[in-house]
Amino acid sequence: MTRPSENSPGAAPDTGTALATTSPAATPSTTTPPAPPAPGRRTWLDTTAPGRALQVLGRAVATVWSNPKARAGLVILGVFVLMALLAPWLAPYDPHDDSFGRNEPGSAAHWLGTTGNGEDVLSQVIYGSRISLLVGLVAGGLSTVVAVVIGLSWGYLRGWGNDVVNFLVNLFLVMPGLPLMIIIAAYLQNGGLPMIILVVVITGWAWGARVLRSQTQSLRSRDFVTAAMFSGESAPRIIFREILPNMTSMIAGSFFGAATAAILSESGLSFLGLGDMATVSWGSMIFWAQNSMAILTGQWVLLFAPGLCIALLATAMTLVNFGVDGLSNPRLREGSGR
Amino acid sequence: MRYVLRRLGLLVLTLWAAVTLNFVIPRLMPGSPTDAAIAKLAQNGPVTPAVQAAIEAQLGVPGGSWWNQYVDYLGNVLTLDFGVSYTFFPQQVSGLVAGALPWTLIMVGLVTVLAFVLGTLIGVGAAWRRGTWVDSLPTVGGSFLSAFPYFWTALLIVFFLGYVAGWFPTSGAYSATATPNLSWQFLGDALYHAALPAATILLTSLGGWILGMRNAMINTLGEDYVTFAEANGLRGRTVAVRYAARNAILPNLTGFGMALGGVVGGSLLVEQVFAYPGVGYLLYNAVTNQDFPLMQALFLMITVSVLVANFLVDILYGILDPRTRR
Repeated sequence: MTRPSENSPGAAPDTGTALATTSPAATPSTTTPPAPPAPGRRTWLDTTAPGRALQVLGRAVATVWSNPKARAGLVILGVFVLMALLAPWLAPYDPHDDSFGRNEPGSAAHWLGTTGNGEDVLSQVIYGSRISLLVGLVAGGLSTVVAVVIGLSWGYLRGWGNDVVNFLVNLFLVMPGLPLMIIIAAYLQNGGLPMIILVVVITGWAWGARVLRSQTQSLRSRDFVTAAMFSGESAPRIIFREILPNMTSMIAGSFFGAATAAILSESGLSFLGLGDMATVSWGSMIFWAQNSMAILTGQWVLLFAPGLCIALLATAMTLVNFGVDGLSNPRLREGSGR
Repeated sequence: MRYVLRRLGLLVLTLWAAVTLNFVIPRLMPGSPTDAAIAKLAQNGPVTPAVQAAIEAQLGVPGGSWWNQYVDYLGNVLTLDFGVSYTFFPQQVSGLVAGALPWTLIMVGLVTVLAFVLGTLIGVGAAWRRGTWVDSLPTVGGSFLSAFPYFWTALLIVFFLGYVAGWFPTSGAYSATATPNLSWQFLGDALYHAALPAATILLTSLGGWILGMRNAMINTLGEDYVTFAEANGLRGRTVAVRYAARNAILPNLTGFGMALGGVVGGSLLVEQVFAYPGVGYLLYNAVTNQDFPLMQALFLMITVSVLVANFLVDILYGILDPRTRR
């Protein structure tokens, strides 16, 4: 995907606008000028000074921010994060407080009305953001770590071990995610949030690993990797220091993808009544709404509000991914001052 | 040929692992699914020793010998004998599955193919006219739509097109008065009932195909041979379709194969919302009623079909892209 010429300092057409991950560090500090221009040779992984790393991270954020779609995504994501952090102050009532009238329509006291159990809908929506963000962050992060380690090693190393990993990944890939999640959840009744996260990670890492593996395979035959091999670098070093920086955007992308999938999985499980029904999450809100026939009683807000939040959060993540795609692939960058 | 044989060997090995996994999962779970199952079955009448032995082979005996159960279980799987369903007692599990399968295969299968074809075409167009509205409308719209939770889209569609507008039936696969047969009238009725679930699946899955194809296509458009083809003065459409799209579609084929394998599993959430009598709805019913034999059989079937689809894609990929054959 990223051809050496695109990222090498000499051939950067859009110099001013943040060539984020690779070239800023490459230009000044390369001690031995490599014959084939090697992208990602000196990257943020090599910078020991934390100030420098922050600077590079800042540029990466600036690149993502420069994409209008990604900017919209970051703003929405930020709103949800604030909502989750400030929930106790923002929410007018306790989300479990069921002392109000049942199935009330929207009013000044309850902007979005009340549920069939007499709880305030707005407070539940606000508190629900905590569960979704937590599941997205933890489950998405864990599956990405597993996917990176396995995907990169699998793509780079050859030999009998490759077949074993291939076998394992295929096994995890073929276990259809939702049915497997549902079956485990059915056996582990009331396993709580950790159970959901565990199931999401088990079913979610394999796809990322496979995608990262094919990219590694194609990078593997590039000149800069061959050069590194001939200069006697160890396999782990080549994998994580030469190849990995060229895949920063793919890895960030697969994190946001995994996090989105995790959020949707959690809401799906809760919607089916298989999640942790004691906690207030957007999915469980819809489950209770459907149980109390909210559609027939005309209380469509009960279904609409939590679902819209899930959709918005998932969209925000997808939008951020547009900007992340541009991090190490200038071809996908938009508005790069040309 | 060696490539095919190797893949075939892998398939057999993976099949065995999946079957074994299906055996191990209920036995690793805390509590005893077996006791729960027998208690549940006893409500329908006395449990004969033969039935009890069958359940123990499937779900495990606390403290029993795993090896003997495993041999019994493998025998049952090979003869497609999955026992009796608890929920729909005394129907055989295999009969229930066979009844649900056609609905899912036809409805979800056709929609999956349609979504892939449409999404790929739109993706090619979006990448070719990058930066114009032809690009931004489907990419932003598609990613927004695919971020919708399936069940929520389904609920919205049921609410607006089913209850408020009243244009389409809100549940089932055919009218309560109709009996399944091959008359035009029945087919029309079935199509009418399939419209809303099909629309839901199409809407939510289209975005993924558009984005995948667009991004692969943009990468391919930057390759030298595309520039060369353009420099040769070939028509734009020729370059887009015969040079760029042909190569860009390769990665998406893997996804398509997986999606086709997943068709057998049905679209659980959508089928649940519309009470569509397919495999997904059956699995949902099995899970909510803790109907372990039905659950195990469905899960095994879904897994095996994904496995076989994956194998076929691997073979196809080897033919289309010789570089992967090594």
